[in-house]
Amino acid sequence: MSREKLVEIKNLKQHFKTGRHSVVKAVDGLTFDIYKGETFGLVGESGCGKSTTGRTIIRLYDATEGEVNFNGVNVHDKKNKADLKQFNREMQMIFQDPYASLNPRMKVEDIIAEGLDIHGLAKTKEARKKRVHDLLETVGLNKEHANRYPHEFSGGQRQRIGIARALAVDPSFIIADEPISALDVSIQAQVVNLLKKLQRENDLTYLFIAHDLSMVKYISDRIGVMYFGKLVELADADDLYKNPMHPYTKSLLSAIPLPDPDYERNRVREEYDPSQHDTSEEPEFCEVGPDHWVLCTTKEFEHYKKEYVSV
Amino acid sequence: MEKLLQVNNLSVSFDTYGGEVQAVRGVNFDVHKGETLAIVGESGSGKSVTTKALMRLIPQPPGRIKEGEILFEGKDLAKLSEKQMEKIRGKDISMIFQDPMTSLNPTMKIGNQIMEGLIKHQKMSRSQAKKRAVELMELVGLPDAANRVDQYPHQFSGGQRQRVVVAIALACNPKLLIADEPTTALDVTIQAQILELMKDIQKKTDSSIIFITHDLGVVANVADRVAVMYAGKIVEIGTVDEIFYNPKHPYTWGLLGSMPSLDSADEDLYAIPGTPPDLIAPPKGDAFAARNDYAMKIDFEQQPPMFKVSDTHYAATWLLHEHAPDVEPPASIQRRMQGFAQEAELNTKGDRS
Repeated sequence: MSREKLVEIKNLKQHFKTGRHSVVKAVDGLTFDIYKGETFGLVGESGCGKSTTGRTIIRLYDATEGEVNFNGVNVHDKKNKADLKQFNREMQMIFQDPYASLNPRMKVEDIIAEGLDIHGLAKTKEARKKRVHDLLETVGLNKEHANRYPHEFSGGQRQRIGIARALAVDPSFIIADEPISALDVSIQAQVVNLLKKLQRENDLTYLFIAHDLSMVKYISDRIGVMYFGKLVELADADDLYKNPMHPYTKSLLSAIPLPDPDYERNRVREEYDPSQHDTSEEPEFCEVGPDHWVLCTTKEFEHYKKEYVSV
Repeated sequence: MEKLLQVNNLSVSFDTYGGEVQAVRGVNFDVHKGETLAIVGESGSGKSVTTKALMRLIPQPPGRIKEGEILFEGKDLAKLSEKQMEKIRGKDISMIFQDPMTSLNPTMKIGNQIMEGLIKHQKMSRSQAKKRAVELMELVGLPDAANRVDQYPHQFSGGQRQRVVVAIALACNPKLLIADEPTTALDVTIQAQILELMKDIQKKTDSSIIFITHDLGVVANVADRVAVMYAGKIVEIGTVDEIFYNPKHPYTWGLLGSMPSLDSADEDLYAIPGTPPDLIAPPKGDAFAARNDYAMKIDFEQQPPMFKVSDTHYAATWLLHEHAPDVEPPASIQRRMQGFAQEAELNTKGDRS
């Protein structure tokens, strides 16, 4: 299968200075590709750097080091205004908290149309209105909602407005940073179904950042597991769940409770002990199976390889 | 099994400028000794208000317990004075809150916060209480307890803080522990540790737990019985196996169907359409009818009673009425039910032989 790379992340680093001598290495040498039309899931515990990664890719932060190539162009290179504007159209973001990410003083119509105005995508007032109404319908709201303010909506509806705003400029790549964690269970399913539908219809590529592993598996084609600013494992969603290699991935997977009492009675949790690794050698990201990458030392690599085949 | 707590027809309302919000509308359930009852539901379904009412922690006004009884070991908590309630709160019934940062006092040493209840309820001296506090910290798995007892909350991580909250709740060996989303603010690995800790302690002390959560995975892990709440009412109650493998109420189907299981790869999730009703003016009939794909005419007119499915399993849906048509639950629910039906068959066969 020939897959086209849409986003190429090379040795991305994002370090924050927290004092004169202390640096937080939130993202520390990340390398992965996102292919056209896929959903790439990024999981990890709070503080592992997954949100920082998303924000650095879309240039909300300037990278300390490394490249993010979007359609072959590095987004962190200094560009002229026109190029940046074009780039911003291609890449959009959906945020975690639908209460904090919508301006409470703006009407829904203006929130959604902000991108249209900036990029001059609506020639007339009527066209602008029409486009907003279409977008509202696409995300399952109706046109009467355009004249209301964000506080008049529930959490799930607000997240739909956030999605409509992201879609307004016809992006090809959307970064969704925990788009469902602030929502109720029944509403989560609505939003996930909507995201999937939009992906089919508009040929979108997603970077889906979350800590809810069962939802990530459901929505993602490939999944990357992050731990302390580094990717420790990257594989196809099914492969990752069937063949977790890295001990951290194993501990993470074994910690998720599933809505199945029989499974829960037999679930054995594995704990991750970082000291089990051989620290004399710098671990590298190696391919232990087809498209299955694990951060490991040479010795561990041999071990994983054997284990992978045996499964 | 012995009943520790019996809640009869409990209704709680809040008087607001917009009108009376009927947060809890006639709830009935029991908690047996040594069991864990999970209450699940969306935000606004009344699960937290129900348990706050048990502790008499509803601010009055605007809230009030409109009617109903809360029988704890035969005593009606709804009728006790604040003075009498203070003797029960923290001693016989204690509570673990969702956010460990806001439920701990940031200006007080951890040890003093654990000791408070011991000194108040068990009339311990300060030195006795401090010794017990260190023991409790060891019990909940906090390392280096003897030194950390004099530290402040900000010196602990989120998971450790929740362990402290558990230690405070356990200080006086309560008979009933109410845990209101105790792990929602925590990471999965830390969540697993706290759940294991709570189960472990329950085994040791034989206390009962009411566990409030919206995470059905957690419910499957901890609960013996499950009550599903919607719009201020319990719509289905049963053992954990009955709720997960033989659910009867369409709302329970929706909740279970909206969570992806590991084998539901390509089909769409079963999403409940719409949003929960406004409890200032609860709809006539079944509150879930407007969002229910299986709703019948009667659902919009009359509130369904609790129909009996088995001795332990009840559900409030007209679909269980003898004249109701047979409906097919969503595919993912049918898959769940298959295993249950097979098992039930095996059990009856086993009985005969």
